[in-house]
Amino acid sequence: MQLIYEQSVAGRRGVKLPKSDVPTASALPTSLLRKEKAGLAEVSELDLVRHFTNLSRRNFSVDTNFYPLGSCTMKYNAKVLENAATLFAPFHPMTALLPGGVDFCQGTLGMLYDLGQLLADITGMDEVTTQPLAGAHGEMTGIMLVSAYHAAKGNKAKKKYVVVPDSSHGTNPASAAIAGYEIITVPTASYGDMDLELFKAAMTDEVAAVMMTCPNTLGLFNPHIKEISDIAHSHDALMYYDGANLNAIMGKVKPGDVGFDVIHVNLHKTFGTPHGGGGPGSGPVGVKKALVPFLPQPRIVMDDDGKLLLETDNKGTIGRTANFFGNFGVMAKAYAYIIMLGREGLIQVSEQAVLNANYIKEKLKPYYDLPYDMTCMHECVFSASKQLEHGVHAIDIAKFLIDKGYHPPTVYFPMIVKEAIMIEPTETESKAAMDDFIAVMIEAARTAESNPQALHDAPLTMPISRLDETKAAREQHVCCTG
Amino acid sequence: MNDSHYCPHTPEEIAEMLSVIGVATVEELFAPIPAELRATTFNLPTGMSEFETFSKMQAIAGENSQGMTNFIGGGFYDHIIPAVVDHLSGRAEFYTAYTPYQPECSQGTLQALFEYQTAICRLTGLDVSNASLYDGGTACAEAAMMALRVTGRNKIVVDGCVSPFSRQVLKTYLFNQDVEVIELAPLDGMLNRSELTAVLDDSVAAVLVQNPNFFGNIEDFTALADQVHGIGALLIGSVYPISLGILKSPGEVGIDIAVGDGQSLGNPLSFGGPSFGFIAATKKYIRNMPGRIVGETVDRNGKRGYVLTLQAREQHIKRHKATSNICSNQGLCALRGLIFLSSVGKEGLAELARLNRDKSEYAKGLLAKIPGVTVLQSAVTFNEFTVVLPKNADSVVLTLLERGIAAGVPLGQYYEGSENCLVVTVTEKRTKKEIDLFARELEVLLCN
Repeated sequence: MQLIYEQSVAGRRGVKLPKSDVPTASALPTSLLRKEKAGLAEVSELDLVRHFTNLSRRNFSVDTNFYPLGSCTMKYNAKVLENAATLFAPFHPMTALLPGGVDFCQGTLGMLYDLGQLLADITGMDEVTTQPLAGAHGEMTGIMLVSAYHAAKGNKAKKKYVVVPDSSHGTNPASAAIAGYEIITVPTASYGDMDLELFKAAMTDEVAAVMMTCPNTLGLFNPHIKEISDIAHSHDALMYYDGANLNAIMGKVKPGDVGFDVIHVNLHKTFGTPHGGGGPGSGPVGVKKALVPFLPQPRIVMDDDGKLLLETDNKGTIGRTANFFGNFGVMAKAYAYIIMLGREGLIQVSEQAVLNANYIKEKLKPYYDLPYDMTCMHECVFSASKQLEHGVHAIDIAKFLIDKGYHPPTVYFPMIVKEAIMIEPTETESKAAMDDFIAVMIEAARTAESNPQALHDAPLTMPISRLDETKAAREQHVCCTG
Repeated sequence: MNDSHYCPHTPEEIAEMLSVIGVATVEELFAPIPAELRATTFNLPTGMSEFETFSKMQAIAGENSQGMTNFIGGGFYDHIIPAVVDHLSGRAEFYTAYTPYQPECSQGTLQALFEYQTAICRLTGLDVSNASLYDGGTACAEAAMMALRVTGRNKIVVDGCVSPFSRQVLKTYLFNQDVEVIELAPLDGMLNRSELTAVLDDSVAAVLVQNPNFFGNIEDFTALADQVHGIGALLIGSVYPISLGILKSPGEVGIDIAVGDGQSLGNPLSFGGPSFGFIAATKKYIRNMPGRIVGETVDRNGKRGYVLTLQAREQHIKRHKATSNICSNQGLCALRGLIFLSSVGKEGLAELARLNRDKSEYAKGLLAKIPGVTVLQSAVTFNEFTVVLPKNADSVVLTLLERGIAAGVPLGQYYEGSENCLVVTVTEKRTKKEIDLFARELEVLLCN
């Protein structure tokens, strides 16, 4: 397809702008002006609409295709959530920050406060900040809270390390590094979780925090989690919960009850807000009481009369992590999702997410190697090692699935599983949709044996075939120069 | 048991699936969670229908004051959003897609992001852009960290005229990184250049400035760029994209890394988010850029296509050595930005920028005529300007808020000694009638 810039015709316009009803201002000094106008597209409204509509048709999406993308929780995004978010479009965030301005924003501040309360109950935490803008931003905020906690106890210099399992998301160590920590990585044991003995050996009083995803990225609930948490606490290390996999456990277990002190929640995974082709997400952070004094500001608090206020003068705060109150529009959708499903609905979400993952696991087990063969939570991780005997890699299976109309599962993550294929169906897929997917996965396994080349050649039905990624990295052609 | 239309299984299907798995109940699947750890409480309210949910959301929105006439900016701006922005970004193929890790089935998102990167490069006059960051404040922080990596130095100098919010975010990000942040107090609403010269030495990684700044003032940083480069440091400029319709581009100024908030490009105010942050730089710094970057390449048949490129910088490969921890960014908001920019187009953006300045100058003239009100100084402004009132601006703003006018941002809480100062923003959406009414109300209030 042509780029929009390749369709440009000088003088063409996509929208009619308001006419000026005031006098023309005096000209700015030439030294402050740009020499040439920015080379934006010049297209008619219809050209624009066709271009972006046709571009959109070159995407797979949840609304058009099954998306069993492990670790990403690509569930269906209810349409009423989109409608709900638009209700808040006109509200300027600065209004709340004006002197006396909170009186004019009680609805929006109240919703953020209530969302915090609901998330605190779901996760077993004492208070939640809604400021972080995505999961990794929440991780960074959470680990900064950990750092502030240790600093307040006079232990900032002593606490140097953050411990992560080798199966962790890459954002965990990357976020901890921004908060100033060095990383200790603990390998996974044969039972599919962080090796308990190696963990014990790694733990010293210099460890500031242990970051865990639970269930972990293999989709397994760590049976030793309480023991790990007790050991961490015995060294005055705090327990950090990566909420990426929260969809598995709502109403079943609360991270706060297990000993976690800080948690981030991905609203765009568990709470039904769309991923937008790479954001916006939202990553509220929940904490236990001991960390409340360090929460980002402005902090939304409620006075005795039920009025929402902004706390801006707390000396202990880690500061501001984003310009305003977080991704409000995303939070409006998540709030609507939670109140619509309610207590029973969210329990059902986790139950059926776990049911669906175990169903697919059992059905595909005869065809794909399952390195950790046990009851999984909301996702399961296979290896394409059997297929590799025929020269077929996980990526080949992924591309074959694209030809069949399925977004591929997450491949090559977690890195501890060779040729990993990580499947998370989510609760919103029907049995029929999963059965069709299972049939195609079996077909892929059979094709790997009978005709491996067919898998190497896939995909053939898309607008493009496999792309030369080396060329892209070498040439670094990242903007249209025409 | 199946009361949610988002969980589609019938009891028969559930029974069938359980038998395949070899367990009797769904509950058995949760056996890996030790019994003593199981939740004992779950106090959420009972669910409600779609209609009730929407009604409740309407009620919440109704608790905010409605129909406020905005003369406030401070980083978020009340601009027009062409209808095509909502309709096209509202295509489910865009908004329900994931990050485009699988390029063959994500060419829509990937090409759009490539076009977005192109728009940002052309707007800023720089060579490379990433596929978006979270917001304007975090973009300032990411740019500072990028400069620290590029130079291997450990000091960042920040002009106090940069948005106080962005400065606070930057300080939060850098707090644990053994970096010294030097903030320069503004001089008459402008960069204090002599004080800057005094702190510039070869330990400085970057100088961060904003244009137009938080007071609304436009400065020419061309000479500053030379001065900063002279000591081997980088100049980071936070810019307001609508103003770039007419103002000198960061590339022309000599800025090395340009950042900003993309809210004004087709994203609603939405109580502060989601918007997006943008970052653009000269080509030699591309490997130090944070976040995702889309690159052009060819497929097996030589056909043009787009992929996420230079992923070896990123957290999912480099883990703690990554250039940033960012993963999900603000893809859909960046798409809105692209659609907005493509809709107004080359001529339209310049026209829109002029319209903002015309309206703002008209308002400035009216307010300056009110007895006791003065315009802070003679600096040049775009669509925001600072006025000094004869009394504390906080009380004035509060009174006008009660009359449905958000008069501006009082500076007292951000700058000591500025209690009477008010920053007023006038976008193209404000009509002459609204501006006249605002001036009249302010005059009545101040003269009584």
